Amino acid sequence: MGQSNSNTSSSTSCHQEVISLENVSFSFQQQAVISDLSFAVKERDFIGLIGTNGAGKTTLLRMIVGLLKPTSGTIRLFGENVNEFKQWERIGYVPQKNNFNPLFPATVHEVVMSGLYGRNKIFKKISKADYKKSDDALLAMGIFDLKDKRIGQLSGGQQQRVFLARALINNPSLLILDEPTKGIDTETQESFFHMIKHMHQHHNITFLMVSHDLDMIRSYLGEQAADQNGKLKFHIKHSHETQDCVENDLTHSLKGLREQMESRKEVVLIGDRN
Amino acid sequence: MEIVTSEFFQRALIGGLLIGVTAPLMGLFLVLRRLSMIGDTLSHVSIAGVALGFLIGVYPVAMGLVFAIAASFAIEKLRKAYKTYAELSIAIIMSGGVALASLLFSMGKNINVSSYLFGSIFTLNSTDLYVIGAVTVVVLIAIRTQVKELFLLTFDEDAAAVSGLPVKFYNVMISVLTALVISVSIKIVGALLVSALLTIPAACSLIVARSFKQSVITVVIIGELAVVIGLLIAGIWNLAPGGTIVLLLIAVLLVLLAFRRGVRTGN
Repeated sequence: MGQSNSNTSSSTSCHQEVISLENVSFSFQQQAVISDLSFAVKERDFIGLIGTNGAGKTTLLRMIVGLLKPTSGTIRLFGENVNEFKQWERIGYVPQKNNFNPLFPATVHEVVMSGLYGRNKIFKKISKADYKKSDDALLAMGIFDLKDKRIGQLSGGQQQRVFLARALINNPSLLILDEPTKGIDTETQESFFHMIKHMHQHHNITFLMVSHDLDMIRSYLGEQAADQNGKLKFHIKHSHETQDCVENDLTHSLKGLREQMESRKEVVLIGDRN
Repeated sequence: MEIVTSEFFQRALIGGLLIGVTAPLMGLFLVLRRLSMIGDTLSHVSIAGVALGFLIGVYPVAMGLVFAIAASFAIEKLRKAYKTYAELSIAIIMSGGVALASLLFSMGKNINVSSYLFGSIFTLNSTDLYVIGAVTVVVLIAIRTQVKELFLLTFDEDAAAVSGLPVKFYNVMISVLTALVISVSIKIVGALLVSALLTIPAACSLIVARSFKQSVITVVIIGELAVVIGLLIAGIWNLAPGGTIVLLLIAVLLVLLAFRRGVRTGN
């Protein structure tokens, strides 16, 4: 009885498509970067994309968040075409860390607050509740004490937490991370992934993460993700309650992406449904 | 000393105080977006507009504005064409502007070219003041209501786009406001010196400000101090006002840099 209950509830949530790509292609200067790619990411999936430079992973990510337009095909976010998508506050985006100037005069608090300044807040004043949200996000990331520091003074790992706090301030249902641990020492990387893992397991957040780093995927999925040659294979980490759901869709919905990536021999896809 | 109470000096002071707020504010956004050279480019093109204005009998500042706006769009187009060599577009448009200005000036007669190159704040008339006042109001309203969006755009353009902000609209807004400020500043500090009023206060704020809010306050204070003290010095000792203001700004920057070195070495 109890089991069937949990099955029904989980199967409805599992079937919600957060990201879906249909025959998406992208060419740059007549060269195909991504060709005819179809896949779906469903609620609470954890998708890690790893691969060498130029494999098209960042391109794929930038298309998903609407920063690049695909040459052909359709991308949907929460069932809606990305071109018409309006609920951007549902998406937390953490861009590559090194794209801001370390001299930029902005405090940690100002950067985290800027996560709220989307299209819905134009002409709206910052409210007390907004300050509370910022404080909560800072506390959750363990960087509340750094609130008034200039962002450029922080270490790489601390900066990454700031950007994660900015992405989390709207309580997003989808978190997209582009190389979140680039240029960060191993120890800090580990605690970062520990934090991400925790968020995935305890909050209802879907993850899509790009990295060129095999170690980071290993630290998330464990050693069995790597085969003897040190290369990674497509690997799904199941959890007990939602196993049916996983078999039904994660493997299936990501088949296109996996085939595409494996045929390029550069990118491997890791999936996990919690 | 009686110069200070004269009408032309007071007009200069009012004009200077207004520009001392708007130019450093717009400059802050440009510098933080690594577009410091845009100020120079737009002001050089703007002189061509001024020259054309004189030639065909249209209010020169308005013509300068039209040219500055056109130039800011041209820069964007060229930037896209050259992508990774974006600074090329700035060099091309700047020299194009100066070339056109020299051609137009040579066609006209009896134009005091140097007053537009180096400024002539003591010749401001009441029309000029009204125009500067209107531009100041527009810029201040825009910044007051949109400061958080402008911050997001300046700090992280990708994140701004992903949060659904109409990035193109804001980019156009920054270009147009900058063009407005530059075209009315030309008569005050001169086309060759406008960019100092845009960029040096921002350069100072990068040294002292710990937050974005502080940097906004810093640029305005430094801009105003330089304009007021510079005008007084220039008026009393009969020096070129534009040059005095700019040298004063550079002096402030040097003092701040020296002070920061002292702080860094632990004293």
